[in-house]
Amino acid sequence: MKKKLRRTMMYVPGNNPGMLSDAHIYGADSLMFDLEDSISLKEKDSARLLVYNAVKTIDYGDVEIVVRINGLDTPFGRNDIEAMVRAGVHVIRLPKTETAEDVRKVEKIIEEIEKKIGRPIGSTKMMGAIESPLGVINAVEIAKASSRLIGIAIGAEDFVTNMKTKRSPEGIELLYARSQLLIAARAAGICALDTVYSDVENEEGFRKEVQLIKQLGFDGKSIINPRQIAPVYEIYAPTEEEINEALKVMSAIREAEKKGLGVVSLNGKMIDKPIVERAERILELGNIALPEKEEE
Amino acid sequence: MKIVKTGMAGTMESSDINITIEKNQESGIKIYLTSSVEKQFGDQIRKVILETLEQMKVNDVVVRAVDRGALDCTIRARVQSAAMRGAMSENQIDWGLF
Amino acid sequence: MKNSIGREIPENILGYREVHKYSSPFDKKPLGRRASPPLKQVKPDDSKLLSNIEEAIKKVGLKDGMTISFHHHFRSGDYILNMVIDTIGRMGIKNITIAPSSLSNIHEPLIKHIENGVITGIHTSGVRGELANEISKGLMEKPIVIRSHGGRARAIEAGEIKIDVAFLGVPSCDEYGNAKGKGQKSMCGSLGYAIVDAKYADAVVAITDDLVPYPNIPASIDQTSVDYVVEVDCLGDSNRIASGATRFTKNPKELLIAEYASRVIINSQYFKNGFSFQTGSGGSSLAVTRFLKKEMNLRNYRARFALGGITKPMVEMYEEGLIENLIDVQSFDLVAAESISKNSNHYEIDASQYANPHNRGCFANQLDVVVLSALEIDKDFNVNVITGSDGMIRGASGGHSDTAASAKLSIIVAPLVRGRIPTVVDRVNTVITPGETIDVLVTDRGIAVNPRRKDILESIKDKGLPIVSIETLKESAEKIVGKPKSIEYEDRTVAVVEYRDGSIEDVIKQIK
Repeated sequence: MKKKLRRTMMYVPGNNPGMLSDAHIYGADSLMFDLEDSISLKEKDSARLLVYNAVKTIDYGDVEIVVRINGLDTPFGRNDIEAMVRAGVHVIRLPKTETAEDVRKVEKIIEEIEKKIGRPIGSTKMMGAIESPLGVINAVEIAKASSRLIGIAIGAEDFVTNMKTKRSPEGIELLYARSQLLIAARAAGICALDTVYSDVENEEGFRKEVQLIKQLGFDGKSIINPRQIAPVYEIYAPTEEEINEALKVMSAIREAEKKGLGVVSLNGKMIDKPIVERAERILELGNIALPEKEEE
Repeated sequence: MKIVKTGMAGTMESSDINITIEKNQESGIKIYLTSSVEKQFGDQIRKVILETLEQMKVNDVVVRAVDRGALDCTIRARVQSAAMRGAMSENQIDWGLF
Repeated sequence: MKNSIGREIPENILGYREVHKYSSPFDKKPLGRRASPPLKQVKPDDSKLLSNIEEAIKKVGLKDGMTISFHHHFRSGDYILNMVIDTIGRMGIKNITIAPSSLSNIHEPLIKHIENGVITGIHTSGVRGELANEISKGLMEKPIVIRSHGGRARAIEAGEIKIDVAFLGVPSCDEYGNAKGKGQKSMCGSLGYAIVDAKYADAVVAITDDLVPYPNIPASIDQTSVDYVVEVDCLGDSNRIASGATRFTKNPKELLIAEYASRVIINSQYFKNGFSFQTGSGGSSLAVTRFLKKEMNLRNYRARFALGGITKPMVEMYEEGLIENLIDVQSFDLVAAESISKNSNHYEIDASQYANPHNRGCFANQLDVVVLSALEIDKDFNVNVITGSDGMIRGASGGHSDTAASAKLSIIVAPLVRGRIPTVVDRVNTVITPGETIDVLVTDRGIAVNPRRKDILESIKDKGLPIVSIETLKESAEKIVGKPKSIEYEDRTVAVVEYRDGSIEDVIKQIK
């Protein structure tokens, strides 16, 4: 089965009908319809119903639909969850996740609603956004809090403010939080998504940041404009050399399996599990299909 | 659902529709529509407004709609929001009505 | 009777010459000789300078029933046309046919002159705004005639439009009629459409707000074709004539379409060193040049020429050495208008040179690639750029059908839907460009290649482009917006759409 790539997760304000009907044409791996920060208190109810109807009606193809709901500490959170489970979104994203308990509370409500409307239990996935020092400290617990979690994301704006600093082009102020998040995600076997880069006009700065987070090991980046999609894919795309190497690794594995060999080597070097996993990841990112397994 | 005050939802932006729902002194649903696509889609827009209200069991209202090319799902959402607001129950949702 | 593209054409049209049905792009052959203006004598001591427009109208002997022409290089900033028609109206002259190269929003005052019988005929490339609405609703007794830029030049040269007097606004002029597209108060760059009128009209009046010392050369319109010169206070709103610089769009959908279109071009057999191209000034169309530029730099390609309405991005490519020649019938912005007098290989051409199908070869014939926009396109690839989906006139024919028929690769760029209006439809409201001259349609949700062009399909397939059939696009559009109700028309014809060769492609009926 092809693994779901999440190189780009594009924010779409939940109260903009034009954008809700078009957002999927730009090729983002995931769309994140927002009911939280981009929606004023007066429009929470109407954005919720707009997203609800859009998700139920519009054919988004195979793009993953994520909805960022309002927290359960607001009067809107519970209704948001109910609307989105009913609409059948793929992923519900929690804002400002600080503890494992935050995740479990939302999970409980999702499950109630799934039962009530007869959706398969567990079919609605979850994501947590970590946006505070407490959340960063608890990242490991959060990442393991529910089997519904497909990933965690870092939201930097609130975090840097809490840290009494601001964002810099080099991102040194986020290094600890990003690393902590990544380690938590990897330990739990889920995705790690980086924060947004809000200066859409500064493509060079954006590229630098994407290179940094790719090197750190993030699965992808939250983005706010379709123009940010292409640079991410460009940077995440493996080189031809990497692809060829990965294909060689995979065919050596096949060969060894066929011969029933336990130890696999390529050009005299032993291929161990990490090398195989890296090769698989490169082929995923390059959208390269593995050669068909030959029939025995 | 009973409309107790004037409910409004939606914007004047393109691809959106602004819906105002108020009590009708007479019985029945009356729709006043202005649309940038009246010739091509006027009947369809009225139909969606009416169906959405019927589904929500809203009767005896006057609907004023200013449409800027909204799709059916947007029209439905805006009618639902305006009705919920008019019924003062925007945060106590009866999902059976949608 | 139906023409070859299935459009119902009346046998007789009030006030229109004999009807020729459209059959195929190069089917209609020209006959006879070019029209020509009368011989004239201007003696050494004669003065051409007159004090006002009224005097010019008297001097040229304008009478009821005559045809007068204008150009649209001043776009929506034009004061000349209204100024002249107001004067004609005041003087009590009636039953005038106007033949401007195009009309825009600013020409709304024509409505009252039509109602008063001052104007009874219109030949134009397009109409917009309230005037267009009124014409669609049946304002005029005689249908207007819509022509492409090349088609207008052809009709003038063939004598089908006989211009009695051309009133040509010019940004600078000397007392003897040498006129340029650049003056102190305003600037429009190329005067390409006006040059044709100056060559063929029986009388030519140059109207300027910048009277300069003799000789104002090199001139776009020269002294040998100008009868009179009139100085006015202001010929237009310089901000709306040519303002600033056309910028690349930031609209993500337009950029997506442009990127797809550029990849179609790049993968086609026509993208090579020394190729030539034309793009419109619309968002997607213009943005195509940005993506092409990147690839041209990468491969070290230069374009031999860029044609058409010239914009800032093209001037930049010229200045960077990526385009060798700019061939300019109409300068779209101030940067282009400046460039034409500054850059040595930025050439002004007239509309006949640009796209007339019945001369000895127009520039468009040498074009490799053209990128055009569309209001509607149907399953036969017929394109509408003149009427809205509500059936009202709201656009212009321009060089659309000219370049589509001439270029080796013609690409339409358009969003699949605009708000709730589908672009790809069963049948367009009005055909401006026949589908047989369109090769590729690029939308934000898929690319369709005209089945006539298997060669293009072959070269762009397997390149990661979302290629589908035009039927599929039409169905996806319908899935998104629903099926629009057909527009209802009256029987009466309000506009005749001439193909560039003078045959009739379509007629526009009065709106119910």
